Amino acid sequence: MIKKIFIIFVSILIILWFLTPVFLIVLASLTPSEDYYDQQRILPKRLTFDHLYKLFVVLDGWRATLNSLQVAAMAIGLSFLVGLPAGYVLTRYVFPGKNAIRLSILLTRSFPTLIIAVPLIMIYLRLGIGDTLFSVALAHTSFILPFVVLITTSILSGISVEYEEAGMIFGLSRIGAFMKITLPLALPGLAASAIFAFIMSWNEVFISSVLTFVNRTLPAQILNTAMTSPDYFKFAAGTVMAIPAMVFIFFTRKYLMSMWGISLK
Amino acid sequence: MTYRKDAIPYLILLPTILYLVAFLGYPLIQTFILAFTSETGAFGNFQRLMDSGDFWKALKNTLLITGIIVPLQLILAIALALFVNMRFKGYSMILYVISIPLALSDVSAALMSYNIFAPTGYLNKILLKLGLLDRPLYFFGYMFQNREFWIIVLTEVWRATPLVFVIILAGLQSINKEYLEAADVFGFSSWQKLTRIILPLLKPSIMSALLIRTLFAFQIFGVVWLLAGRDILILAGEAYYWHNNVNDPHMSSTYAIVIAVVSLIISWFYISILRSRELEGETK
Repeated sequence: MIKKIFIIFVSILIILWFLTPVFLIVLASLTPSEDYYDQQRILPKRLTFDHLYKLFVVLDGWRATLNSLQVAAMAIGLSFLVGLPAGYVLTRYVFPGKNAIRLSILLTRSFPTLIIAVPLIMIYLRLGIGDTLFSVALAHTSFILPFVVLITTSILSGISVEYEEAGMIFGLSRIGAFMKITLPLALPGLAASAIFAFIMSWNEVFISSVLTFVNRTLPAQILNTAMTSPDYFKFAAGTVMAIPAMVFIFFTRKYLMSMWGISLK
Repeated sequence: MTYRKDAIPYLILLPTILYLVAFLGYPLIQTFILAFTSETGAFGNFQRLMDSGDFWKALKNTLLITGIIVPLQLILAIALALFVNMRFKGYSMILYVISIPLALSDVSAALMSYNIFAPTGYLNKILLKLGLLDRPLYFFGYMFQNREFWIIVLTEVWRATPLVFVIILAGLQSINKEYLEAADVFGFSSWQKLTRIILPLLKPSIMSALLIRTLFAFQIFGVVWLLAGRDILILAGEAYYWHNNVNDPHMSSTYAIVIAVVSLIISWFYISILRSRELEGETK
């Protein structure tokens, strides 16, 4: 009985601690400004979508949001295109130098990516892609790609190679066996990794702010305008940033452990 | 496993390696070149850095923030993981709630915390309503650096504890139940089980969580920049400031190199501890 009360009490504390800030920012983004600036009023009299509407339509927030989505889509596409075959090779083949290659890919993960931002500007200007979304996607790929390679390696190694071999006995090519047998089995895990990759790109702020001036992503736009705009816009922006992330965590909760729980070994 | 001596694996890995060389390796070299080029010789930028009070303040603050938040997060995360690992009814819901900040960016976490502690924020409103204050309490602004500092610590603890938690929980779940059953047979108390069995077996997870968190904490940027601007100087913030406000890529790169070098030292420190522990384990 005492144990039960303890569990309920701690659970409530945890829920309050983690959800109150999220709840309050959503509430603030829906609070009319006269209620927000009224010190005597904690809960608003009515809710309004005014701030969200203004943020999106009047302040061009929809463009920044669209930019963020485009950057994430390009970075995820590129990372999987290049990284999935690499992950496959690292699980299914044995060859000299394999461990060294894996280890160096792992090492890039402990590398502070913000330090490459400044020279990237000059490199992109030389390539003629300065201040474009594609250039931000290329930079995001440089930290998403190692993640994709490592995570696909661990997903694919969880799927027995024997299914593929059976398929090849029945006349499938190696690629055919991968596409028809292993890929469908790996799909849920791969989808979860894609969502994590999306969050990494969606949340990244330093590189995006340094690389772009006109075509800003949402976090970069917020970082550069938030402190000069009225409070309720800040909260509307914070809400817009937070919602997709929370929805995605909900859909990938089964994979949280395998995505983040990997200890460095 | 299929054994192949031909070139196929290398050919398939080639794009990944080329990409990382082109977009991580090459810019990294460029960062070094930028940092070591100045009008006053190779070390001119570093000289300027050492002579400026800002750099030492930024280094001190970054180390201080890291030194405070990482141990706090570790203790909280271990407590949370032990709690969730009790596997009570509905524990997966609690697991989900704790994971929410994992997906939140530092930008949204900072805005959430501003929402609570702003002059017209919820904390002030509630305290005023309850009559505990006559006028709002200010947490932000150059005058209130101390308060700003603790708000930043609180925000980072809130935002990043879940990452440590997930790593620790994964480690907890991989502990063989038989050890704990054996401890029960010998009449160990819960505290003894924790300190004699669980924590020693968790050491690898704790070390990797510490490594990852220390590295990230050392790059802290968004939270500080949004909540305090340059009231509280930090290394990544200075790298950003020198680039975006002063337009000096050389000084910006010099700050970046300092972050990279300290990160390397931190990783080396943790990995060498991990290694020596492993070796001890082997000789036993």
